[in-house]
Amino acid sequence: MKRYKYKRKRINYSKLITILLFSAGSIIMMFPFVWMVSTSFKIPSQIISYPPTLIPKPPTIQYYRRIFTELKFTRFFMNSGYISTIVTVTALLTSSFVGYVFAKFNFWGKEFIFIMILSTMMIPFAVTMIPLYLIISKLGWINSHLALIIPGLYSTFGIFLMRQFMSTIPNELREAAIVDGCNEFRTFWSIILPQCKPALAALGIFTFMWNWDNFLWPLIILNSEEKFTLPVGLAMFSNQWWTDYGLVMAGATVTVIPVLIVFLIFQRQFIQGIVLTGLKM
Amino acid sequence: MERIRKFRSILSSRNMLILVAIVPTVIFYLVFSYGAIVYAFYLSLHKWTVGEPIIFLGFANYEKALREDPLFYKALWNTFYYAVVTIPVGLALALILAVGINGLGRLANVFRTIYFLPVVSSLVAISVVWRWLYQPNFGLINQVIGALGGPRLMWLQEPSLAMPAVMVMAIWHGVGYTMVIFLAGLQGIPQTFYEAAMIDGANKWQLLKNITIPLLMPTITFVLVTGLIGSLQVFTEMYVLVGSPGSGPLNATRTIVVHLYERAFTYFQMGYASATAFVLFAIILVFTILQLRLLRTRWEY
Repeated sequence: MKRYKYKRKRINYSKLITILLFSAGSIIMMFPFVWMVSTSFKIPSQIISYPPTLIPKPPTIQYYRRIFTELKFTRFFMNSGYISTIVTVTALLTSSFVGYVFAKFNFWGKEFIFIMILSTMMIPFAVTMIPLYLIISKLGWINSHLALIIPGLYSTFGIFLMRQFMSTIPNELREAAIVDGCNEFRTFWSIILPQCKPALAALGIFTFMWNWDNFLWPLIILNSEEKFTLPVGLAMFSNQWWTDYGLVMAGATVTVIPVLIVFLIFQRQFIQGIVLTGLKM
Repeated sequence: MERIRKFRSILSSRNMLILVAIVPTVIFYLVFSYGAIVYAFYLSLHKWTVGEPIIFLGFANYEKALREDPLFYKALWNTFYYAVVTIPVGLALALILAVGINGLGRLANVFRTIYFLPVVSSLVAISVVWRWLYQPNFGLINQVIGALGGPRLMWLQEPSLAMPAVMVMAIWHGVGYTMVIFLAGLQGIPQTFYEAAMIDGANKWQLLKNITIPLLMPTITFVLVTGLIGSLQVFTEMYVLVGSPGSGPLNATRTIVVHLYERAFTYFQMGYASATAFVLFAIILVFTILQLRLLRTRWEY
């Protein structure tokens, strides 16, 4: 009995240490965000004061005012938002549609075409980036959002994921709908697609985040401020205004915080989505 | 009559569905992936600076990259340096976190969310924030070091420090992602294995070494190789944190993609840049094949 008690105590002790270590780690994980927000509300003299202080005194919103009036952050936001939305919606549609056909039908050349599509996942973007740029410039889409939308119409990973998911849906479901007089398109749209919500949610979150954060390709394509997406706009703007630390941190804050809020609301779906898709951007 | 029936069957809704799905997809991939890669290979065999005539060179661009361009060597070396440090450190840290967090019950969710915050944040924004933390005069890191009596360090301006500074941020950014992947892997290990081993008197370290790590091997391999493929293409961190064009002090943070981005979009040497891209492709291909090999062998329990 005595021995048992001793053991119990020891387990709690090691758990306590784990919790303490994780709490210390949490501070490291969160502090850059805290410092970013704090800096963005400080007046210039406090930003460079020594020793550094955490609480802005007096707090100022001058940087935020400038971000949204003088600078084009609202525009960057809208550009990123509508591009990411269009790409996500179309990629979800094409992925589920093509994935469905690969999962449930047999046709000439199916295996070959599927492998042909899948093997493009191995091609690093750095290889196709240059020819893609030249193709886009032939089409006259330099500095156009079409250059960001059109190459994203299909998602190789999405096709793969949706095919895997759809093959778990029983064939009888489709057959029953056909017997009941549904045509193939209708069957896909109203019978099959609603079954795929978890996979669609995961893929949607993944695609949206990837496009929202995408940097290198928009950096190459876009060259006027009107057209910038949020990451490109922030990178350019922080270079230009670098020594105005409060302003730059306000820019970083308005970029990061909305996504963090969405994440905190839908964290379960986010994390499941990341695990399910398993692939990093 | 026969012909009409045949025609009808081709137009059946089933066949239409397949055609509508597959034909545009194939065209898309032929243009944007296969067309692009053939075009890139064609470019890599030529000397072509935008605005000048194209001259056929054969494999001279590859020779130039691998033999004559000291900056490309530097870029290769830096990229490997980055990968060889960030991947093992990030992996080990993530594994420790995942194993530790697994026994915390309800608190685990809170910690998981906190450690995941950097993962969902825009990499550009994070780089901007860390650039401010690393600022030599007023940056928080130097102010803390100064308060402890340490020297003022030029994190992003000093060649020997710039790469480690990037690595610290990269590990901070990625560790939550790897941890979550490991957590999913840990869930797949049956609890009975641990119970049986504990009855046999195994301690915690033995459990980790003899059960957790071997059973997590497929996950570890996956994380290792996807991490490697990602690290070999690192760009944004350099471009934003260290500052455009990303090559850093004395080329200390010039990576493969930074180098080829500069060749292609600052100097418009499309041919040479394409050749360096194919060198990168070859390296990535080797590791991808290695992964397929590793995943196929041994890890059956």
